[in-house]
Amino acid sequence: MNLSRREFAKIGCRIVIGATAGTAMIESIATNGIAAENSPKGDYNWKEHYWGYLIDTRKCIGCGRCANACKLENNVPFDEPVYRTWVERYRIVNKGREENVTIDSPNGGINGFTDDIPAEQIKKAFYVPKICNHCENPPCVQVCPVGATYSTEDGVVLVDYNYCIGCRYCIQGCPYGARYFNTEKGTADKCTWCYHRITKGLQPACVEACPVGARVFGDLKDPESPVNKILDKERINVLKPDLGTKPKVYYVGLDREVR
Amino acid sequence: MESLIWGYIYPNEAEIQWSILIVLYPYITGLVAGAFIASSLYHVFGKKEIKPVARFALLTALSFLLVATLPLVTHLGHPERGIEIMFTPHLTSAMSGFGYIYSFYLIVVVLEIWLSFREDIVKMALNSRGWKELLYSGLALFSYDISEKALHDDEKFAKKLAIIGIPSAAFLHGYVGFIFGGIKANPWWSTPLMPLIFLMSAIVSGIALLILLYLASMKLRKHAIDHKCLHSLAHYLWIFLILDVTLELLEVISMKYESLEEIEIINRLLSDKIATTFYGVQLGLGIFVPFVLLLLVGIMKNRETLKMIMISISSVLVVIGVFAMRWNVVIGGQEISKSLSGTLTYVPVFFSQEGVLPAIIILVIPFIILFVITRILPPWKDMEEKV
Ligand code: SF4
Ligand code: SF4
Repeated sequence: MNLSRREFAKIGCRIVIGATAGTAMIESIATNGIAAENSPKGDYNWKEHYWGYLIDTRKCIGCGRCANACKLENNVPFDEPVYRTWVERYRIVNKGREENVTIDSPNGGINGFTDDIPAEQIKKAFYVPKICNHCENPPCVQVCPVGATYSTEDGVVLVDYNYCIGCRYCIQGCPYGARYFNTEKGTADKCTWCYHRITKGLQPACVEACPVGARVFGDLKDPESPVNKILDKERINVLKPDLGTKPKVYYVGLDREVR
Repeated sequence: MESLIWGYIYPNEAEIQWSILIVLYPYITGLVAGAFIASSLYHVFGKKEIKPVARFALLTALSFLLVATLPLVTHLGHPERGIEIMFTPHLTSAMSGFGYIYSFYLIVVVLEIWLSFREDIVKMALNSRGWKELLYSGLALFSYDISEKALHDDEKFAKKLAIIGIPSAAFLHGYVGFIFGGIKANPWWSTPLMPLIFLMSAIVSGIALLILLYLASMKLRKHAIDHKCLHSLAHYLWIFLILDVTLELLEVISMKYESLEEIEIINRLLSDKIATTFYGVQLGLGIFVPFVLLLLVGIMKNRETLKMIMISISSVLVVIGVFAMRWNVVIGGQEISKSLSGTLTYVPVFFSQEGVLPAIIILVIPFIILFVITRILPPWKDMEEKV
């Protein structure tokens, strides 16, 4: 067979394109079973719910039980600086006409906080619990190159640990520092709102652990849910609203210093 | 570790996620894009002065292109899943196109090289015996037509290909800029200028690298240097330096002028964390000094040796300066907390999967590849005829 170069190139191109398309198709059929498209097993129907979370910063006492409960519940490594939820402390000190803001969250607040600024110098102080906002318009989902991070029908943002390639683009993309790299799994990781619990009708571990009810979780589709009850009567804010991420963790009593 | 943190950073930020390997990635793709664009000055724009290095530039581009994916794959938590980016790309992600853009560009570069070396390959196939004959016949794809007409067709096709090549080189690298520029979470990255800045610095670094490799090869082969070619490269380097610095300054100036919420942390980044690498290396040594030196080269008459030394120094500085630029973007952007209230410091480790050692290895490989392929496909034919 004597092929001219042109024909040779043509055939070559066809083989390459065909092979690539073929593998891609088989691959996508094989992986179509990934979690992103299936409701959890059992009688839970994710179309019936749309979850939301509310934090009343005025109630938080900075005990850190939530952050501790989370690490226990979700096997988050205790000896690494990684957190699915944490508590921040803000202390505003007067310095003449200027205000000085000190923020800290030692070990995510798990062991509580110590007083290292004399009380009389502090003008105002408060705690702010933080958690993944399960954004309605999540940049972490947008930037994931393989679709391992996804939004569920019931409004939760999850990571498929069997699919994540560990590029950590999502960690860069989350404006809230809610994600971390799980060295054991070799993947990105973050809060799931205890998806394994809420799909069985339970509350997330942090909500259950909070002794003062600063954390409230519920179904936004249910007008009677505790979250909706508060959303109906309080003035609400979210973190970094100007970034357009549309967080679904709502804050009551959010100070302007909190980012 | 604590002392390396200033102010408040989110607890999850204590670990820097993208290390020195991710600094290498845009650095290497930049060199590729730059070298390719330098070669197209001849192939597309018919700048005859560049001809002596045009084919060498292509081989340089290929050598670096072949390792461009290495730093990325090495840094993945699951390198074995990396290929999913090709099979199931998630199209809203700026990163997802990488596999395709990269492959496309690789094909363009390989084809371009094949076309511009085909005549030599065929001749070598016909004039050698044994394994060499087999190698070159294989490279010639067993088609030995080097008639006037065939060569003319080759050249026409090569030109068309290079025309596609330029936007794809620009795209390959501008796109890398967008990977950073599209991250709204990070005020140091998020700017629409990022792709352009990346592109301009890529071109400068590629031309500078080409100059250095050209001078080194000529020294090694004890051949005379084509000063016309060298000066022409230096001239383009100078022009692109101006474009580059304009964009880089524009970015910082507009950030400072607009003084949005994040300005305090940006100022701290610039005046504390990356002051030396930004003002000192990236702008001062990497742009200002070469700019002045190259300007002098342009004005000076005769004194070829001195000019050559000045051009070499400028090129070394540019190559280092662009590395500093990548560093300042990739590492600098992670040294500020997204809480906008604190900073942290990246301390590179030497021996680790993401350490300095693998980075050095990855950076050395392209030179070895280049050494080998210039043996197989000597790019200097035109030179030898002249000397
Ligand atoms: S808070 Fe961060 S991790 Fe959570 S959904 Fe939003 S962007 Fe994603
Ligand atoms: S680390 Fe995993 S989840 Fe995050 S962007 Fe990369 S592949 Fe997606």
